[in-house]
Amino acid sequence: MTLRKIAVLSTICLFAVGLLAGPALAFKGAYKVGAVFSVTGRTSFLGDPEKKTAEMLAEKINNAGGINGKKLELIIYDSEGDATKANLAVRKLITQDKVCAVIGPSLSGTSLAVVPLAAKYETPLVSCAASYKIVWDDKESKVRKWVFKTPQTDTMAVQAIYAYLNKKGVNKIAVLSVTSGFGASGRGELLRLAPGYGMKIVADEKYGPKDTDMTAQLTKIKGKAPQVIVNWSVGPTQVVVLRNWKDLGMTSIPFYQSHGFGSRKNIKLAAGAAEGVYCPLGAVNVAELLPDDHPQKAVTMQYMKDYTAKYNEPLSSFGGHAWDALELVADALKAVGCDKAKIRDYLENTQGFVGQHGVFNFSPDDHIGLDKNAFQMVVVKDGDWTLAE
Amino acid sequence: MLRIGKLPIALFAGFIIIFPWVAGKVPAIGNYTDIMVFVGIYCLITIGLGLLMGYAGQISVGHAAFYGIGAYVSAILTTRYGLNPWFCMFIAVLVTGTIAFLVGAPSLKLKGHYLAMATLAFGIIVFIIFNEEIQWTGGPDGMADIPGLSIFGFELDSIEKYFYLVWGFVFVILIFTINVIQSDAGRALRAIHTSEAAANSMGVNVSKFKVLVFVYSAILASLAGSLYAHYLNFINPSTFDLFFSIKLLIMIALGGMYNIWGAIIGAGIITFLSYEWLHYFEEFEVIVYGAILLVVTIFLPNGLVGLPGMLKELFVRQKSNE
Amino acid sequence: METITLTGQIFQYLVTGITVGSVYAMVAVGFNIIYNVTEIINFAQGEFVMLGGLIMVFLHVAVGLPLILAFPATVALVTLVGVLLDRLAINPIRRPTVLSLIIATIAASILIKGTAMFIWGKDPFDLPAFSGRDPITVLGAVIQPQYFWVIGFLVLIVIVLTFFFERTIIGKAMSACADNPDAASLVGIDVKRMVLLSFALSAAIGAVAGITMTPIALMEYDRGAMLAIKGFGAAVLGGLGSFPGAVIGGLILGVIESLGAGLISSGYKDAFALIVLLFVLFFKPSGIFGNIEISKIKRF
Repeated sequence: MTLRKIAVLSTICLFAVGLLAGPALAFKGAYKVGAVFSVTGRTSFLGDPEKKTAEMLAEKINNAGGINGKKLELIIYDSEGDATKANLAVRKLITQDKVCAVIGPSLSGTSLAVVPLAAKYETPLVSCAASYKIVWDDKESKVRKWVFKTPQTDTMAVQAIYAYLNKKGVNKIAVLSVTSGFGASGRGELLRLAPGYGMKIVADEKYGPKDTDMTAQLTKIKGKAPQVIVNWSVGPTQVVVLRNWKDLGMTSIPFYQSHGFGSRKNIKLAAGAAEGVYCPLGAVNVAELLPDDHPQKAVTMQYMKDYTAKYNEPLSSFGGHAWDALELVADALKAVGCDKAKIRDYLENTQGFVGQHGVFNFSPDDHIGLDKNAFQMVVVKDGDWTLAE
Repeated sequence: MLRIGKLPIALFAGFIIIFPWVAGKVPAIGNYTDIMVFVGIYCLITIGLGLLMGYAGQISVGHAAFYGIGAYVSAILTTRYGLNPWFCMFIAVLVTGTIAFLVGAPSLKLKGHYLAMATLAFGIIVFIIFNEEIQWTGGPDGMADIPGLSIFGFELDSIEKYFYLVWGFVFVILIFTINVIQSDAGRALRAIHTSEAAANSMGVNVSKFKVLVFVYSAILASLAGSLYAHYLNFINPSTFDLFFSIKLLIMIALGGMYNIWGAIIGAGIITFLSYEWLHYFEEFEVIVYGAILLVVTIFLPNGLVGLPGMLKELFVRQKSNE
Repeated sequence: METITLTGQIFQYLVTGITVGSVYAMVAVGFNIIYNVTEIINFAQGEFVMLGGLIMVFLHVAVGLPLILAFPATVALVTLVGVLLDRLAINPIRRPTVLSLIIATIAASILIKGTAMFIWGKDPFDLPAFSGRDPITVLGAVIQPQYFWVIGFLVLIVIVLTFFFERTIIGKAMSACADNPDAASLVGIDVKRMVLLSFALSAAIGAVAGITMTPIALMEYDRGAMLAIKGFGAAVLGGLGSFPGAVIGGLILGVIESLGAGLISSGYKDAFALIVLLFVLFFKPSGIFGNIEISKIKRF
């Protein structure tokens, strides 16, 4: 009798220990991936959804058994939008935390500050920022070997807008941009690509990222009588400029925003001034509007469901960039394990990867992997997005 | 404290020399060498600014501008014209010094609050120029692919090598500045701080000294900026904003503005707070800085360096009350 | 599509310039009140404006208080912050020097800013306009009704303050402190109480500026610094310590900024006000209405 009791008790104990140690024992090691996002600071609207997305995705992968049985260990540091902090963070991830790859940073500025580290320490970096200079060394005119990025470039956004404007027969436009990295880059592309699409730029106005009143600039634009206004900014200014546009009674001139407008929060903050505003958006923003046979339909719908369920907030376009970056790295880890050079090679040869913002086709000459088809033109109707005809 | 002994300097030098080796052995603080490079760069600025505020009694709420001018001149000359980085650093010093003279001469005739506002306005105007003149500065996108430094072919391409370079600079400047403080010029400065009228009547050319110290502090900031640019190989305007100017003030106030060691201690503590220790309190970072500055101003006007002195005074007062 | 003539454009710039200038004027008046009584320049002045806007958003939009109640409640709360600023940051300094007072107000301003960021986050917030958003078109320029509220409150504040300082006992006591604090305390005026009052009054005026401008330009946690610097520029332009100076200075500064941004370069918009400030400081620090003799007597 006592022997049986002991046997039962010990079995229960072993079982309990097994349960407790279970999840830990299920992983045969870990793959460390580093991430740097601007979670706080002025650009937290970029970094915060990116962090949330990355954490959600890592959790999902680990719940499904990890990558080849190993746990995906995500180490996230906050750059606070500061180039120096981003640099320190990436250095720490590579030299101290010994990660297999780094995703992020969120901004062009912070990305450019860490790009030399990828080459110096021969670690693959998949940035979530916009500027093409992140993957392209302007001085040496060649692709940066160790750096990739997931967001579309402003070149593609501008091409998408110009192609659409051509369709609508518009050729006289006014350009309005913010004097930040994002704004200056977009403005540069708008000016550069204009002749190719037969666009005449009749006004070129700028405002600061903390400006609260753009009526002077808009008034000047009104004086030049453009057919359409194209505004390139991200953050609160893109909302203020819409309110000024409406308050000045200029709504008869169609307004086009950059892809930085991609968040339903912006529509709400515009308090009705966003009605009828156009912008190019990645598929992730309009998952429900995509036709069923769209290659990204399944992936974007799933992300939308997961994100809104877990965080109880509308998804953000920028979170999609982090999803793409981490998925790409996880994919590479699955194929080649934690070998930095092999991960780099694998990423460089990735074709047909279905992501949130497009279908990626990388190559040794192209570390961006997307083209202008990664954008859908949408227009704001009744306070929400609809596909523009 | 006008007399600064040789022993503290030697001890500190020893600490700096073995630091990278120690940090390399202890995994938990492995990245501290990296952070110490920045501490060194900021020390260059705070030593000069501390001299200006503590000894000459003038305030500058726009010193980030000189830090930025040094960085941008170095960056522009090396990336666009391919000139030797050390030569460019020297040119940057000349440019910054000249600008400091042109701005300092009229500004330093102003008193207290007016001077603070003038330097504040200047700092912001320079920041706006960095953002606007895209042809030269690359605008908000910044300037990338800035070359690193090398000495006669020996590439300074590791964290440790740069650490020794920067701290080498700091020690040279430290010893030079201490000599200045202990010289006649230093006494003249102290006199100016206590009473400009009295100093004037003693034959001290007050304006000349104020401008001289201002230019000196600007030149040090310029050196720091160049070193920063060649370390990160990338700069953008947001590094040189108003908040950085205020952070410099916090470093000096916390460390103690009447003592040159205060500049180093303040730079060290605030840099580590900023880049390492406050990582878990990001939302509170600004509040922490404000609180530090306020508490120090009210309770520790001589900074941390002055703490032992204050405690001694308290102790003495306690004893005499018995 | 209606176009706009050059005169129309200039008129538009004037209108927006006067509106934003009114905000600068209100900040400048706040600076002057504190400066007149204490000779301190309060770097945290801009934060009162920011708090006015954000607290109003909280009371009116989040809590749902009607405008009539939320407005004075907000002003009262911001006034309280002003009082705390004096009690906790200025008063405790045992040996006030120029340097320590400047640093104290800078410290207070970043503390307030940090706390605002903690409470409200980094997003900008909106207030519904007091009397709607239907614009009025005059001479080709579009004028929002809210602009009149901003300018109107400036006028109201000027009238009330003039009456206060010239007709009431407390007001006259405060002016006495400005002229000569030692003499004032000799005749029995509680100087410390007057200092407190000056901070309270400045905070209240700043709050009004913040509340009236938010429906036009939104409000976020870090708006304070630029407003403070430009407000100071307005005060110095008009002559530090002079009330008509603050108003005229503010309006002129606002118009220069608006015209500069519209006609010269929109990227340098913020720089215009700062360049004006430097010009005044370098060439005529006493400003338009200031008296160079009086400014020399002031301790700071």
